[in-house]
Amino acid sequence: MSKGYSGIDADEITVDNIRHGDINLDDIRIHPDTLEHQAQLAEDTGNPQLAGNFRRAAELARFTDEEVLRLYEALRPNRSSVQELHVIAQDLASRGARRNAELFLQAADVYARRGLAKK
Amino acid sequence: MTERDNSNGVTGRFRLMNQQPVNLDGFATPAPELGLIAFQGTRDPIPSIIVENGSIVELDGRIKEEFDSIDEFIATHGIDIAIAEESMAIDSLQFARKLVDPYESRDALVRKAAGMTPAKLAEILGHLNAAELVMAMTKLRARRTPSNQAHVCNRSDDPLLLAADTATAVAFGFREIETTVPVLADAPSNAVAVSVGAAVGSAGVLVQCSVEEAAELAMGMRGLVSYAETVSLYGTEQIFIDGDDTPWSKAFLTSGYASRGIKMRVTSGGGAEALMGGAEQCSMFYLESRCVALARAIGAQGVQNGGIDSASVAAAVPGGVRSLMAENVLVMLLNLEACTGNDALMSESDVRRTSRTHPIFIAGSDFICSGFGSIQKYDNMFGPSNWNMEDIDDYLVMQRDWGVDGGLRTASEEKIEQLRRRATEAVSAVYTWLGLGDLTASWAEQAIYAAGSKDIEDADLMLPLNASATIMNTNITMLDVIAALAENGFDVEAERCLDMLKARVTGDYLQTAAIFDENMNVLSLVTDPNDYAGPGTGYKPSPVRQAEIDTIRQQVSVSDLRVEQSRYRSLDFHVSGTAEICHDPRDVVIGVSPATGRDIWRTLSGMLVRDVLDELLAGLEEEGCIGRVVRINDSIDLGIIGLGAARMSGSGIGIGLQAKGTALIHRRELAPLANLDLYSVAPSVTPRLYRLMGINAGRYAKGMTPEPVRNPYSDEAIEARYHTKVVSLVAIERECCSNDAPELLDIVR
Repeated sequence: MSKGYSGIDADEITVDNIRHGDINLDDIRIHPDTLEHQAQLAEDTGNPQLAGNFRRAAELARFTDEEVLRLYEALRPNRSSVQELHVIAQDLASRGARRNAELFLQAADVYARRGLAKK
Repeated sequence: MTERDNSNGVTGRFRLMNQQPVNLDGFATPAPELGLIAFQGTRDPIPSIIVENGSIVELDGRIKEEFDSIDEFIATHGIDIAIAEESMAIDSLQFARKLVDPYESRDALVRKAAGMTPAKLAEILGHLNAAELVMAMTKLRARRTPSNQAHVCNRSDDPLLLAADTATAVAFGFREIETTVPVLADAPSNAVAVSVGAAVGSAGVLVQCSVEEAAELAMGMRGLVSYAETVSLYGTEQIFIDGDDTPWSKAFLTSGYASRGIKMRVTSGGGAEALMGGAEQCSMFYLESRCVALARAIGAQGVQNGGIDSASVAAAVPGGVRSLMAENVLVMLLNLEACTGNDALMSESDVRRTSRTHPIFIAGSDFICSGFGSIQKYDNMFGPSNWNMEDIDDYLVMQRDWGVDGGLRTASEEKIEQLRRRATEAVSAVYTWLGLGDLTASWAEQAIYAAGSKDIEDADLMLPLNASATIMNTNITMLDVIAALAENGFDVEAERCLDMLKARVTGDYLQTAAIFDENMNVLSLVTDPNDYAGPGTGYKPSPVRQAEIDTIRQQVSVSDLRVEQSRYRSLDFHVSGTAEICHDPRDVVIGVSPATGRDIWRTLSGMLVRDVLDELLAGLEEEGCIGRVVRINDSIDLGIIGLGAARMSGSGIGIGLQAKGTALIHRRELAPLANLDLYSVAPSVTPRLYRLMGINAGRYAKGMTPEPVRNPYSDEAIEARYHTKVVSLVAIERECCSNDAPELLDIVR
C-alpha cells in the first residue's frame, strides 16, 4: 500500500534523496488506491460517511492543488450560479470524479432553493 | 425608605463573597428566545423521521420541501436510512441507560445511533446526569489511549520562541500542537517554526496552524502542517452562511484535505449561534447536535467541540457546563474523534474552571483539551485557555492524585533547557539555510530562557513577515525544510519531519482519532479501539506510563529529607552524662526527642534546633530559672517527653520539644496528654514564641500567671505543605528511639 502519488515506493522517500533533490511533492502525496484502502477500513469500523469522504478524496487526489482550491471556492456561498455549478459537475464527471460531480449537482439544487447561488 | 446599594456587600460576609473571582463571571437568566438555554429550547423539534422510497422525506418535524441546507445534507448523507426507523423507535430513556451500561458494547450503540436524527440524539443525551456522562465518555470515546493537545503561539510570531515552546510542550507530553497568528501573513513562518520545534521534541507530533480555511489547506498541501482543525460548522443555516461556507463546501473541503493525505477535524460548539444572534429560538445543545450530525454526514473523522470560543456562553446558563460535556459524548456516540474543548478560558475562578474540566479529565477523551495553553496567557493568540502554562504542575499532580492518564508527563528543567537550545539552533539553521532571515544568537539565548515573548528584547518583529513572504514566493515546502535540517546536522529532526510526510502517503492517520506514539505507531479507532466494558477493562497505562504519571519532580523521600537535614548538622551537641532528678525549685528540664542532636537539626519553620533551645533557655533565665536539656530516648511522643522532663525537674515543670519544632509545657502530676501550653503548628513558631514558652515555663515553675499566648494559625494549607515532611521526620525519630536512659545534653556556644 505504500506508494506515493507519483508511484514512488515509500522506501525510496529518504532524507538523502530529498537532499539530492530527487523527491518532489507528488512523491509525498497520497495515492488514490491508498484512499480506497482507507475507505474500506472506515466502512469496517462503522463509518460509511468517512468512507464516502475518502472516496471523494480519491477522485480529487488526481487533481492539482490549484484545482482543488478552485473547486472549493466555487462551492462557497454565492460564488457560483446554478448553471456554473452544473458546468463544473459535468466537467468533474467527465474526468472520473463521479462522486464530486454528484456533490456539485446536489449543491446546485439546494443552493437554488435556499438562495445560496450567485444571482 | 432609601434603597440600599448592596453591590459591595453590606455585611462583612457578603463583602468577602462579592470579592471572589467567580463573581467576575457573567451569569445569564435563561432566555430561550435568544437561544440562551442549554437544553429544551422553545423551538427544539420533537424527534421524527419518515422514510419513503429509500429517502428521508421528514426530519425532526420538518418536511423535505422545508429542509434548510443543514437538514438537507444530514438527510441525504448523514443518516443510515436502512435502520433509521428502527433506531428512531427506540425509547430515548432506555437508550440513554444503555450508554452507561458496561455490558452494552460501544460498537452496537454507535451503529444504532447512526440511524438517529439530531433531535433524537439531543433527547437521549439530555437524560444523562454528570456522573453518567463520565461513564458514557469512558465507554464511548473512539481511541483507547487518551491524549492531549496544546496551543503554542506568541504575540510576535517569534520563530525561536515558537520552536522552543513547541519542543517544551512535546516534552510535557502533548501529541498535537496547534498554533495561530496575530498577523495572518506570518502563518507560513509559524508553521515551519512549530514543525521544527515539534521534531526536536519527539517523533510523531501532529502540527496545525489555524488560519482561514483555504489558506490552511494551502499550507497543508506544502507539507508545512500535518493536520487541520479550524473547519467550523454551525447549527443554523444563517450563521453557517455567515461563516462563508455551506455544508457542501465544507464536505468538499474535508475531501480536499483527505485528497492530500492530511488529517482534519471540524470545529463547532454550543453557544456559537446564540453569540452571533442566530439561534432561531433553539437550545444550544440541540443546535450542537445538528453540527455533530453534520460533521458525521460530511465525512469528517472528528469534531472539536464543547463550547470552544463560546464555552462561557453555555456556562452562563443553568446546566450549561453539563451540556458542554454532553456535546463531547454526542461526538463519541456518532463514532467520531472527540477533541473535548477545555479550550477557551470559561471562568475567572480556578475552582470553576477546574470543575468544568474535571469530569472529562477522569473519563478520558481522545484529546482532553482542544488547546491547553502551554504558553503564557498573554502569548496565547487564541485567547487564554482554561489551562495554561502555569497550570502544568497542577495538571500533573491531578493525574497523580487520581491515577489518571491526562496525556501529560513531568519533565526536568535540564531536559527542557537542552530541548529549547536544540530547538532554537535547529530553527536558526533552517532559516539561515533557506534565506528566511538571520535569527541572532542573543535573540536565541533570550528565547531559550524566556517565560514568554515579553522577556525577549532582541526579537526582530519584521522577520516572520519577511520569512513568510519568502516561503510563499519561492515555493518553499517541507521538503526544503527537511533538506535544510539534514544539511546542518539535524539528522534526527530531518527524519522526524520526513516521517510526518510519509505518514500522509500511507494514510493510516486519516482514520478516526488517529495520533502517533513516539515510535510512529498510529493509535486510532482502527488500531487502538476503546474496549471499555466495566472495571478491569479498557485503557490501562503501561507500567512505564504509570510511572510517568506517578513520578512528579516535587516528590521527596525519607532519604532526600535525611540529606537535607544533614546539611544543617551541628557539632554543638554533647552528651555530658546521664540525667538525674534534681531538687532545686528553680530547675526546669527541657526534654528533647530522640533524633535531636543525632539526625534532625532543623525544625519545620526553618529554625535550627539549637537556636530553639537557646530561646527556651534564655526565656527560663529571664525568669530566674535554670534550664537543663535532657534527651528522652525511649519515646517520640511529645506528651511523654514533656512529662518525663517535668518528672525530672526540681520545679515539677518540664518543656517537651520534638526536633521538628513542636513544643509544650508539662507538669509532673498531669496525665501525658493533659499538658499546659502547646505549640502544635511547628512550621509557624517564631523565635519570639519559643522565648515566650521559656518565660512561661519559668512562671509556672514559680507559681505565677503565664503570659497569654496565641497559636500562630494562618490560612495557608499548612498541613498540605508539611505533612509529608512530618511523616518522614517522625520515621527518623522512630529510628533514633531506644531503651537508653535520658541523657544530659550540653550545647556548646
